[in-house]
Amino acid sequence: MANKLIKHHLFWPLSVLAALLLFNLLYSPDFFRIVVRDGNLYGSLIDILNFGAPLILVSIGMTLVIATKGIDLSVGSVVAISGAVACLIVSQASDQSAMGVIWTAIASSLLLAVLLGVWNGVLVSAARIQPIIATLILMVAGRGIAQLITSGQIITVSSAPYQFIGAGSFLSLPFSIFIVGAVLLIAALLARKTALGLFIESVGSNPRASRLAGLRSGTVILSVYMFCSLCAGIAGIILSSNVSSADGNNAGLWYELDAILAVVIGGTSLNGGRFYLMGTVVGALIIQTLTTTIYMIGVPPEITLVVKAFVVLAVCLIQSEAFRKSIMHRWKKRKYPAEQEVATHAS
Amino acid sequence: MLLNRKYIPVLVTFGLFLAMFAAGSFRYTGFFSSQVLLNLFIDNAFLIITAVGMTFVIVSGGIDLSVGSVIALTTMVSAALVQQQGWPPSVVIPLVLIMGAVFGSIMGAIIHYFNIQPFIVTLAGMFLARGLCYVISINTITIDNAFYTSAAQTKISLPGGSYISVSVVIALAVVLFAIYMAHYTRTGRNVYAIGGSEQSAVLMGLPVARTKILVYTFSGFCSALAGVVFTFYMLSGYGLHAVGLELDTIAAVVIGGTLLTGGVGYIAGTVIGVLIQGVIQTIISFEGTLSSWWTKIVIGLLLFVFILLQRVLSERRLT
Repeated sequence: MANKLIKHHLFWPLSVLAALLLFNLLYSPDFFRIVVRDGNLYGSLIDILNFGAPLILVSIGMTLVIATKGIDLSVGSVVAISGAVACLIVSQASDQSAMGVIWTAIASSLLLAVLLGVWNGVLVSAARIQPIIATLILMVAGRGIAQLITSGQIITVSSAPYQFIGAGSFLSLPFSIFIVGAVLLIAALLARKTALGLFIESVGSNPRASRLAGLRSGTVILSVYMFCSLCAGIAGIILSSNVSSADGNNAGLWYELDAILAVVIGGTSLNGGRFYLMGTVVGALIIQTLTTTIYMIGVPPEITLVVKAFVVLAVCLIQSEAFRKSIMHRWKKRKYPAEQEVATHAS
Repeated sequence: MLLNRKYIPVLVTFGLFLAMFAAGSFRYTGFFSSQVLLNLFIDNAFLIITAVGMTFVIVSGGIDLSVGSVIALTTMVSAALVQQQGWPPSVVIPLVLIMGAVFGSIMGAIIHYFNIQPFIVTLAGMFLARGLCYVISINTITIDNAFYTSAAQTKISLPGGSYISVSVVIALAVVLFAIYMAHYTRTGRNVYAIGGSEQSAVLMGLPVARTKILVYTFSGFCSALAGVVFTFYMLSGYGLHAVGLELDTIAAVVIGGTLLTGGVGYIAGTVIGVLIQGVIQTIISFEGTLSSWWTKIVIGLLLFVFILLQRVLSERRLT
């Protein structure tokens, strides 16, 4: 039973998250306190969910891309572009609070995000360029495009309905949590209740074999990149609406790295073929909790990078077969001398 | 056929560079001068050094994302030791170079022995180096040490009234050494062999472990040397120096005709790749009305064109 528990793919991510939360509880007993103010809930835990929402969204998209043995480096740029487009449209309207304007802004920025996903997907599936390289193009050029849209400045908007997306409350919880929940639900249903998830895993473990088996590998890859960009686009809108401004230069900076990190922590292998959506969500929450914790302890937030470096390394080492073998070998050697002897005689 | 197919990407790059420089010369007065050309080297000396190290990594089939952070860490360590601890530069510079090489070799060892993707390992290295900068200080440390300022201001005059800086000499020395290493030594050939097919290299009995670790060590060393040059250039240490430089470096290598799948590429092409980025920036500054973000868009477009070109060329080779 205990063995089965440890083998579960969510065991390690959840233990890390629990350890982090426990540390926070010991460090500051107020950490878990949630107060009700004006009918809305406030507290560190709610903040983690609220500020972590864009990262969770991007990571969900990234999980599916990585499951096809791909990677999408352009998500950070897409976050910047979609925020910039949405804020530009809202800021140029005569009445910034009109619902029509808001819907136009959201629809056009999400449409653009999907188109950028098509660009990535076509490069990977039709032109058969390595995913790292194909998405690198948009990662470099995308930042420039975002700055082009904002003319290198920070666009600020003053629109209550637009601000609601990222900073508003619904049923006394931040609205962004519901967006994340909806996207997660759709992704999970599509991936686990239809054959799509199986297709994605199949393409990830062997695209050629999948194509020969009658799967449209190209279409699967294309749709995965489109979905990833769409997620990044939604994240961009949430991020820009949370601060009511769009910054082409800094919005979504390093998001691709955090998202990849979240996916890897969640147990999805970068070699493709297997993915865990819930693991990714926990991974993203770990990163956000880590950031919050570091802020709370009072060390400079930039130190987060050092901690992240060790987390990445540790997770990758655990996933590495060569490393596990060398550790297991030593462990077994110590524990079962008789077995060791049998092994040497047998060989 | 006189022209070997493998030289086509490099020649295309060189032709593009000439065309861009010619276009600039026709459009702007004062563009066509030896000093503008030399300024390309002066302003991009650190990028040339980094890109040379990156070329080896990419030719071997890997990637190194940590270069920009290692540069930042080098400037930071140099500034902290020289300015705050009062160490002499003759001790500090060898020390930071060794530090860069050790940093690279550790990453190389992890990549090889634990069989983890270079992308992830060097990503961790990037976080680590950038984070260590902030452990030292989160502010800029200005350097006013006599050696550093004189290295920054020394101008080596060339015939014709133009000049170059000390950094350019260092960069050119690195380039010459790298060309020698890549094409005239056993190690260089091993790097190409591993990039072509690692499995075959293992089966042929080539020293794969040693070569792979050496490649990352060399890249780390180059980044640290670029960091020293960058310190000359900026005369300060700061954790936000050289942010995103890894992308510029990879772009320069790709534009220079190196295949990202490994096995094919030239140091000379990489140098031209860096110069093309320099020309784009120079043209944009001469134009005056264009904003800096056009650099990124143009570099993205060039990346796209060159990657497609490589794709077409390598497909033809297969059939």
